[in-house]
Amino acid sequence: MAISITALANPTRFLGLVDKAVPWLAGLTALTLLGGLALMVQSPPDYQQGETVRIMYIHVPAAWLSMFTYALMTASALGTLVWRHPLADVSAKAAAPIGAAFTFLALVTGSLWGKPMWGTWWVWDARLTSVLVLFIMYLGLIALWRTIEDPTRAARPAAVLILVGSVNLPIIKFSVDWWNTLHQPASVFRMDGPTIDGSMLTPLLVMAIGFTLMMVTLHLLAMRNEVLRRRVRALGLITAGGAR
Amino acid sequence: MTSYTALFVRELRLAVRVGGGALMGVLFFLIVVSVIPFAFGPDLNLLSRLGPAVLWLGALLSTLLGLDRLYEADRDDGALDLIVGSGRSLELIALVKALAHWTATGLPLVIAAPLFSLFLAMPPATIGSTMLTLLVGTPALTFLGSIGAGLTVSLRRGGLLVPILILPFCIPVLIFGVSASTAVAFDPAGFHTPFYLLCAVSLLAAVTGPVAAAAALRGGLD
Repeated sequence: MAISITALANPTRFLGLVDKAVPWLAGLTALTLLGGLALMVQSPPDYQQGETVRIMYIHVPAAWLSMFTYALMTASALGTLVWRHPLADVSAKAAAPIGAAFTFLALVTGSLWGKPMWGTWWVWDARLTSVLVLFIMYLGLIALWRTIEDPTRAARPAAVLILVGSVNLPIIKFSVDWWNTLHQPASVFRMDGPTIDGSMLTPLLVMAIGFTLMMVTLHLLAMRNEVLRRRVRALGLITAGGAR
Repeated sequence: MTSYTALFVRELRLAVRVGGGALMGVLFFLIVVSVIPFAFGPDLNLLSRLGPAVLWLGALLSTLLGLDRLYEADRDDGALDLIVGSGRSLELIALVKALAHWTATGLPLVIAAPLFSLFLAMPPATIGSTMLTLLVGTPALTFLGSIGAGLTVSLRRGGLLVPILILPFCIPVLIFGVSASTAVAFDPAGFHTPFYLLCAVSLLAAVTGPVAAAAALRGGLD
């Protein structure tokens, strides 16, 4: 059965698909994360950093996912503004708290890693600052959604703000190349191949896949909740209207 | 073209007359600048080093806090619906309104900055560079802020939401503005790069701001 993106505009069909996909996705997420954690425990300690290098297997996937989630929200914002897809706004709204959580995780693990390695919890370096700005933008978006009572009225303002905020993504990505920072430059996604050793790259990539699967699962569940929440709201309005 | 000129004149007239509150921004700016020495201590050497940063922060805060005037009064009395329904380009309307708002609230900040810089014992070269960067940079703050004002136009109480939404986007303006202003005192050659970047950010904001504000207004009013 082929399902196009237009067919998913029907929320009932979308909910049916979510119900079918989520058990598989959740199982796969658990397996991948367990496998990743097992590989992470077996991976060798770094010759300079010792055991603290294991923070990387949480920190790096969380940081990737913090940007991936915002990219997903940007695509959803385009879906709202250009195609007016009814689920695009649901997708963007559901993704924001997940993205904020991943950004928070990246900031906290980075801080915990920075204390033993750099000797400080925080430096105002370009990468750290731009990720902090990303975190604040997630919170601002959540605040905007929480301020506007009617979710359909919030859709377009939020989409505009998401699109304007997407300028931060390339800034985060290239901050380590444009400015001399304490944060190390990219070592996995490079033109000349990864500079990280295979014994560490494999667990890192497995963890990244596990985090992505987890993000997709949580996102689908949050979208389902949001669709149901809107139905409850609509039913409540109808009931209130009938009582009058 | 004349309708946009008329709009500009109308905005300016409303801002400077009773109830417009155009000069509130300057007053707030003065209060921020005079509160700083209480926080950092009245050491003139320290204040003269921090001077450009203090002036920039004051200008940023008073610009952001004045933004609710941009669309709110027009929305309350229904004028905004008439302006939007006039059939003119909403992007140009947003641009003209932002420009008028800057002339009424941003330009006084730039003019007042040299006076306030005396409180901070700033050297003449730094006073000049700070005024120049404020002149180039504060329009960017107003243009970016007009996005926030457009986003929250349908809300009864936008309040703190506009600064929360807009401050992250103002960070580049602050970075380049302050670094260009402070560079003059130590190394005159270091002024050009951040200053040109500040000009670029301003031009970019002059395009992005009105377009995004118009999109937000369309979404907020229908």
